[in-house]
Amino acid sequence: MNTQQQDLLGLRFMRLGMLALSAGLLVGVIGGFQFLFPEFLRELLFTKTRPLHVSLVVAWIFLAAIGGIYFYLPRQRKLKLASYRAVSWHYWIFVVTGLAIIASFLAGKFGGREYLEYPVALSIPIFLSWIIFGVNYFRTVRKEREPWPVYYWMWGTGIVFFFITYLEAYLWVIPYFRDNMVREIMVQWKAYGALTGSWNMLVYGTALYVATRIAGDDKPARSKLAFSLFFLGLFNLMFGWAHHTYLVPSLPWIRTFAYAVSMTELLILGKILWDWRASLESWQKNRYCSAYRFLYAADIWIFINLILALIISVPAWNLYTHGTHITVAHAMGSTIGINTMILLASVYYVLREELPQKVRDGCAGQVTLGFWLANISLGVFFLALIAAGVGKFMYDGPSFQEMMASIRPFLLLFAVSGIGLMVGLWIVLWHAYRLMGTILAADRPVDVKLGLPVGAD
Amino acid sequence: MPISPAADRGRQLYQEHNCVACHQFYGLGGYMGPDLTNVISNRGAAYARAFMAAGTQAMPNFNLRDEELDALVAYLEFVDKTGTYPPENFEVKWYGVVAQEDDPR
Ligand code: HEC
Ligand code: HEM
Repeated sequence: MNTQQQDLLGLRFMRLGMLALSAGLLVGVIGGFQFLFPEFLRELLFTKTRPLHVSLVVAWIFLAAIGGIYFYLPRQRKLKLASYRAVSWHYWIFVVTGLAIIASFLAGKFGGREYLEYPVALSIPIFLSWIIFGVNYFRTVRKEREPWPVYYWMWGTGIVFFFITYLEAYLWVIPYFRDNMVREIMVQWKAYGALTGSWNMLVYGTALYVATRIAGDDKPARSKLAFSLFFLGLFNLMFGWAHHTYLVPSLPWIRTFAYAVSMTELLILGKILWDWRASLESWQKNRYCSAYRFLYAADIWIFINLILALIISVPAWNLYTHGTHITVAHAMGSTIGINTMILLASVYYVLREELPQKVRDGCAGQVTLGFWLANISLGVFFLALIAAGVGKFMYDGPSFQEMMASIRPFLLLFAVSGIGLMVGLWIVLWHAYRLMGTILAADRPVDVKLGLPVGAD
Repeated sequence: MPISPAADRGRQLYQEHNCVACHQFYGLGGYMGPDLTNVISNRGAAYARAFMAAGTQAMPNFNLRDEELDALVAYLEFVDKTGTYPPENFEVKWYGVVAQEDDPR
C-alpha cells in the first residue's frame, strides 16, 4: 500500500457506512409498515427489524464520522496516522463484528439490552476496536504543532467517552446492578444518554471541521464560542443524560439538575453554523454547493429539534410525552436531521475536494432531487410521529388496541413519508457511493499492460 | 429487593425473545405494544399470562411452555413491585419539576 492509498483508508469507512445506511433505511420502512400490518413479513418479526434498523443506522453515523477522522488528519491536516495497520484492523473488526451482529439478529439470537440486543460476547471486539482507534488517534494528534482546534478536542472526547459509556451500558452483566430494577434502568438510560452524547461529539467535531474548511478560515474552530460548545457538550455528556430518566423513581434534585443542563448545547451549535453561513461568500457556497446545503439543512433541523427537545425536557410535560412516539420523533429527528445531514455534508465535501474535475461548482441535479425529497419527507415524517405521540397521550381509555386504532392515520403517514425519506437518501447515497469509488479506484497502482488500475472491474 | 430465581429466569426469557422491541418498562422500549411495568396490578397475572400464552394479532405467539410462562409472570410481578408507571400521585413544582410518590426520600 502506498502513502496515497493509506491516506484514503478513511473513505472505505465512509463507503461502508453508506451501505449500512441504505440497508438500515429499508429495514426501517419494513418496521414502519409492521406497525400497520402486523402480518407484513412475519418471518422478519419486529423484534428483528427494530434492532437491525437501529444498529445499521447507528453504524452509519459511526462509520462516516470515523472515516472522516481517518481521512482528514493525514490528507488535509498533514498528520501522518501513527499506524495504518491499526486502521485496517479497525475496519475489518467493524466488518466482521457487524456481520456477526446482523446474523445474530436475523437468527433471532438476542442477548443484550435495548439497542444493544446482540449476544454479549460481540461487545468484546467492539471494545477492542475503540481501544485501537483511541490509541491511534491520540498518538497521531499528539504530533500537531499548533494548539488544537476545537474539533480535535471533540473527536478525542467522543472516543474516550464512547469507550467509558459503552462499558457502563454493560454494567447490568454484574448482578449488583441487574438485581435492582430501578438501579438497572437508571444506569442503562444514563449510559444511553451519554453514548448519544459521545457520538454527537464526533459528529459536531466533523461539522465544525467541514464548516471551517469551506470557509477557508480556521478561526471559528478556535473561537470562545466553539470551545464553550465543547465544554457544554462535555458537561451534558456527564450530566445531561438524566432527561432520559425522569419517570423512574429517583431523587427530585436529579431531575431538576437534568432539566437545568439539557439542551444548551444544540443552541450553541445552531448559532455557530448560523454565523458561519452569514460569513460565507457566494462563490464558496457555489463551490461547495452540496456540502453547504447539507450543513444548511442540519442547521435548520437543529432549531426544529431544539424546540421539541426543550418541550419534552420540561419534566411536567415529559410526563405526558415520555413513552410515546414523540420520543421517537426526537430520536430520529436528531439522528437524521442533524447527524445524517452533517455527515452527508462531510461526504460531499470530500467528493468536491478529491474530484475537482468531476464534481464541478454548483449542485448536481440528482443530488438536488434527493436532497429535497429527503428533507420534505423528513418534515412530514417528524410531524406524523409527533401527531401519533399526541394521540397516544390524549387517548383516555383502557384499551391499547383502541388507542392504536385512533392513531393509525398518523402511523400510515409516518410509514409513507418514510418511503420518501428512504428514496431521497438513496439517491444522494448512490451518487456519492459511485463517485467515492472512483477516487479509490484511481488511486490503485496502474497495471502497465492493461492501463487499468489493478483489480478494477 | 433481590430478584427470585423464577423471576430471574423470566428476565432471561424476556431478553431472549426481545420483548423490549415492542414493550416498555417505565416508558422505555419499543412502542408497538403497551407498557408492562404495572400490568400485574392493573390487569392481573392471569390476564398477562393469557396474552403471553396465545399472542394476539399484533403480538406473536412464542410457544412458551408452562414453566416459562410462570417465570415470565414472576418477572412481571417483580417489576410491578418496583414502582408505578405512569406516576399516579405526583406533584408538579412551580418550576416544572415533578416529585413522585415513589421517589426515595
Ligand atoms: C411484535 C411485537 C410484540 C412482541 C415481540 C411482544 N409483544 Fe406483547 N403485546 C404486543 C401488543 C401489540 C400487545 C397488545 C395487544 C394487542 O394489541 O394485540 C401486547 C400485549 C402483551 C401483554 C398484555 C398487556 C396489556 O396491558 O394488555 C403482555 C403481558 C405481553 N404482551 C407480554 C409480552 C412478553 C413477555 C413478550 C416477550 C416474550 C412480548 N409480549 C412480546 C406486541 C408484542
Ligand atoms: C437516516 C435515517 C434514519 C435514522 C438515523 C433512524 C434512527 C432511528 C433511531 C435512533 C431509532 C430508535 C428510536 C427510539 O427508540 O426512540 C429508530 C427507530 C425506528 N425507526 Fe428509524 N431512522 C432512520 C430512518 C427511518 C425510516 C426511513 C423509517 C421508515 C418508516 C424508520 C422507521 C423506524 C421505526 C419503525 C422505529 C421503531 C420505533 C418504535 O420502537 O416504535 N426509520 N430509528
